[in-house]
Amino acid sequence: MTGLRLAWRFLRRDLRAGEVRVLLAALALAVTAVTAVSFLTERAERALVLEANRLLGGDAVLRADEPIGEAPRALARAAGLAQAETWQFRSMLRAGNDLKLAEVRGLGEGFPLRGRYRIDEGTGERDAAGIPAAGTLWLTRAGAERLGAQLGQTLRLGRSEFRLAALVAEEPDAAMDYFNLAPRVFVRLDDLPATGLVQEGSRMAYRLVVAGEGGQAQRFVDAMQGRLERGQRLETMADARPEVRSALDRADRFLGLAALVAVILAAVAVAMAARRHGARHLDGCAVLRCLGASQRLISTIHVGEVVLLGALGSALGVAGGFLAQAMVVGWLGEVMGIAVPPAGWQPVAQGFAVGFAVLLAFAVPPVLALRRVPALRVLRRDAGAAEPGAFTVLAAGFLGIAALMLWRAGSPTLALTLLAGLAATFLALALLALALVALLARLRSRLRGPWRYGLANVSRRRAAAVAQVASLGLGLMAILLLTLVRTDLIERWQASLPADAPNRFLINVQPDQLEGVRGLLRRHGETAPELFPMVRARLARVNGAAVTGETYAARGERARHLAEREFNLSAVDALRESDNAVVAGAFWARGDASPQLSVEQGMAETFGWKLGDVVGFDIAGSHFEAPITSLRRVNWESFRPNFFVLTPVGPLQAHSASYLSSARVAAGDASLTRDLVGTYPNVSVIDVDAVVAQVRRTADQVSVAVEYVFHFTLLAGVLVLLASVSASQDERLLEGAVMRVLGARTAQLRLAHASEFLAIGAIAGLVAAIAASVISGVIAVQVFEQAWLPDWRMAALGSGLGVGIVVLAGLVATRRIARMPPAQTLRALAG
Amino acid sequence: MNHASARSTASGQAAVRAVKLDKRVSLPSGELTILEGIDFTIRAGERVAIVGASGSGKSTLLSLLAGLDVPSGGEVELAGERLSALDEDGRAKLRGERVGFVFQAFQLLPSLNALENVMLPLELRGERDARGPAKAVLEAVGLGERLNHYPRQLSGGEQQRVALARAFVARPQVLFADEPTGNLDTHTGEAVIKLLFRMNAESGTTLVLVTHDPALAARCDRTLHIDAGRLVAA
Repeated sequence: MTGLRLAWRFLRRDLRAGEVRVLLAALALAVTAVTAVSFLTERAERALVLEANRLLGGDAVLRADEPIGEAPRALARAAGLAQAETWQFRSMLRAGNDLKLAEVRGLGEGFPLRGRYRIDEGTGERDAAGIPAAGTLWLTRAGAERLGAQLGQTLRLGRSEFRLAALVAEEPDAAMDYFNLAPRVFVRLDDLPATGLVQEGSRMAYRLVVAGEGGQAQRFVDAMQGRLERGQRLETMADARPEVRSALDRADRFLGLAALVAVILAAVAVAMAARRHGARHLDGCAVLRCLGASQRLISTIHVGEVVLLGALGSALGVAGGFLAQAMVVGWLGEVMGIAVPPAGWQPVAQGFAVGFAVLLAFAVPPVLALRRVPALRVLRRDAGAAEPGAFTVLAAGFLGIAALMLWRAGSPTLALTLLAGLAATFLALALLALALVALLARLRSRLRGPWRYGLANVSRRRAAAVAQVASLGLGLMAILLLTLVRTDLIERWQASLPADAPNRFLINVQPDQLEGVRGLLRRHGETAPELFPMVRARLARVNGAAVTGETYAARGERARHLAEREFNLSAVDALRESDNAVVAGAFWARGDASPQLSVEQGMAETFGWKLGDVVGFDIAGSHFEAPITSLRRVNWESFRPNFFVLTPVGPLQAHSASYLSSARVAAGDASLTRDLVGTYPNVSVIDVDAVVAQVRRTADQVSVAVEYVFHFTLLAGVLVLLASVSASQDERLLEGAVMRVLGARTAQLRLAHASEFLAIGAIAGLVAAIAASVISGVIAVQVFEQAWLPDWRMAALGSGLGVGIVVLAGLVATRRIARMPPAQTLRALAG
Repeated sequence: MNHASARSTASGQAAVRAVKLDKRVSLPSGELTILEGIDFTIRAGERVAIVGASGSGKSTLLSLLAGLDVPSGGEVELAGERLSALDEDGRAKLRGERVGFVFQAFQLLPSLNALENVMLPLELRGERDARGPAKAVLEAVGLGERLNHYPRQLSGGEQQRVALARAFVARPQVLFADEPTGNLDTHTGEAVIKLLFRMNAESGTTLVLVTHDPALAARCDRTLHIDAGRLVAA
């Protein structure tokens, strides 16, 4: 008790005297950075998911082939979710004398919960305010063209007549099924009974769409999982189009990386400030020992002080982080063009956890070492420097960072890659710093005055110099890493969504029409039209055992869904390498016709398939089986035809196939469609402009969020590093004042400091840049699944940044010496 | 700063001159006067002790005389220069060229060895060969065998001898010593003082020495008594 009371008293006194201000400031700044980045990443993530959920019309969808009972609605209500319902079925739609099979969607009040319909009522496109008015319907623009229907015309659906009030240009959930060709009709749900089309035995699809704050929708999905009835299925973003999902996944990982970088910087700042804290308390501890304090009491007092300081610093930091992100988040929303939802309380918990963890890991070992200070130090100041064992500090610090990163990363691969990189970088930095120290020791006799003084400092404070080079290097590495990954990511997005992405898909081309269609596409400007066979298949056996959706239920909803649905197999002679890359095994040689499969990497992961697994498909009643010989990474954002499963040309020839192609046409140019449909009436042309626009919008929003979080983290990082370098200035200030007494002019003081910092900054920056390049390469390949091109300009940038930060911090310190009479500096530092 | 413009013509043989010197500091409880109306002149080559009780202001007076601190009022002339006409850099240059120091806490730079510490003042004023004179003066103080030792490897007495060597190596016109034996035992202190006076005699340097030791003060030519911030006897 005495110990804790004393700890509190000491902390108050230290605060008043300014003794712990540097540590407190470093801690508060570090926690501010972590908290603000956490808040910001969480809010950006939520905004992006919310935006992507437009593709579902809500956050989650319960689909059923029977009317949905009360239980799921009650569950959604209990979870505080908004809900809306849609019914969907096929029926004939009559416009004048023209009759077409249409897909009818009855929209319940409130739909869509996310996103908007874009409609044209004859006065240009706009966002619809709600659902069609009673007695009216909306029709997709393509559907109206097929029917030859005009706005204002009366259309008949079952027993009812409706006025065509608007043409739909974009649907919130169209991207889910753009291969659906039938004209789509939208009416009010309560107008449906009068049509007489909804009857016992009608083939209907019922959807209950829900949306809510934070994790509410996920809780609903979790709760529903065990209660699904026959014919019911849940859909979330996991079922969204792969183009959109992969953009979001990468953004999510980047934001995770930004948060990790903030944690590393926090650790660096606190580690540097804690060293100084321990050194400043040596004399006080010697006096306490002199006055009879036991080692245990000294430990209790100082560890207690650190814990109290942790609480105070973390609280200040969390408050600062909250304020910082609140100030900038409005701007983020404005630039992204969407509302940014508030974050939960997790960043607060994270702020405190990070604050305490880094403080305990880095500040406790030096503080515990204080108990070994001999009382003799009262008389001889050079007695007992009480340095903690380097291994203790390293081990404690590394374990602390490792725990925090595994907790925060979300992706174990990301955390482990980064941890391994950190350990290797630290080792390299320490070794290089030692080499530098040795080199300077040899060089010093050739240098003069201020140069010698500065460089002598590096070699004298060997432990401090190594610690400083390593900490600074790690901080710089983290910043550079983020820069590299972000550059890769943004460039990749820009490259993957080229302005000439195909915007028309041609399907149902018959084998005897291939040459004709190819010629027609050429005439419309496609230089090398590609046509891919498509064979509808259903997964049937894996390694000889029959499989169904249930077999994969344990691997998640997406696995079950994929196993149940039909998908398209295609055959190619050679791999298109612009958007496909083999990541395992080998792709077949041109002309090889042996049965084998190349599977998209994500799909193989979802099912847990490996190279060599033999996968069998049901193709219109016959069986096709082949081993997996390669896994591919597919860039879905290319928007060119891509397939989950490919075979060589040959094995599938026995099965009937239709062909698929894609083309790029100018906006509003209908000539390709007209020519194609005129010549080959069976061919369907699908306009994916709306989907491309949606994906591009998502990618743009993701880029903005990534840029924004990046710049914020960068700024926080530079500030944290500046603060931590400044924290180690006391000794330099004292020596600077002594040099001043001996006649050193300002320029000489600056030179002395600059030479020391130049060495430290350059070596830390250089190693940081090399490490960041290598780690970002591993992360690019392993986590972001993209190729890596080393960028050695970063090495120069890293050294520049390192030198810039330390020299700036050094100049700030020398300014103080240069301005103040030396007696005042000496007094201030002695006190 | 231009030294010529600050050169006084009225000082004559004066090495140090204090004119109506005041030093006040602001505290939360109000203004505290540390020194008030100090007037004296120290002639070139003179050895002067400044004595007084703890807290009387003698160390502050030394700081002002050496240009380590700035007065609240009055003027100091050091080696013919008016300090108020110089900025921090100008005062640093003046110290580097004409002033030496010895401190109670030695104030050696821990990152430099004994030789390098002594070379530093010469290097700071741009002398090409600092090593020779530094080595010679270290040998003169009996540390010829310990040139490459760092301050932490030297005893208190040895550290103060390095400090003396550093003070004399630049052949200063004025040497300021602040309680030079304060951190040393009697025997070592006595040896250091003997050395200080010997070197002072050899170089003809003006010596201004702050001490509370009457015996040490008695070895000087003159004693200035400071009591509660005022000069009571000169």
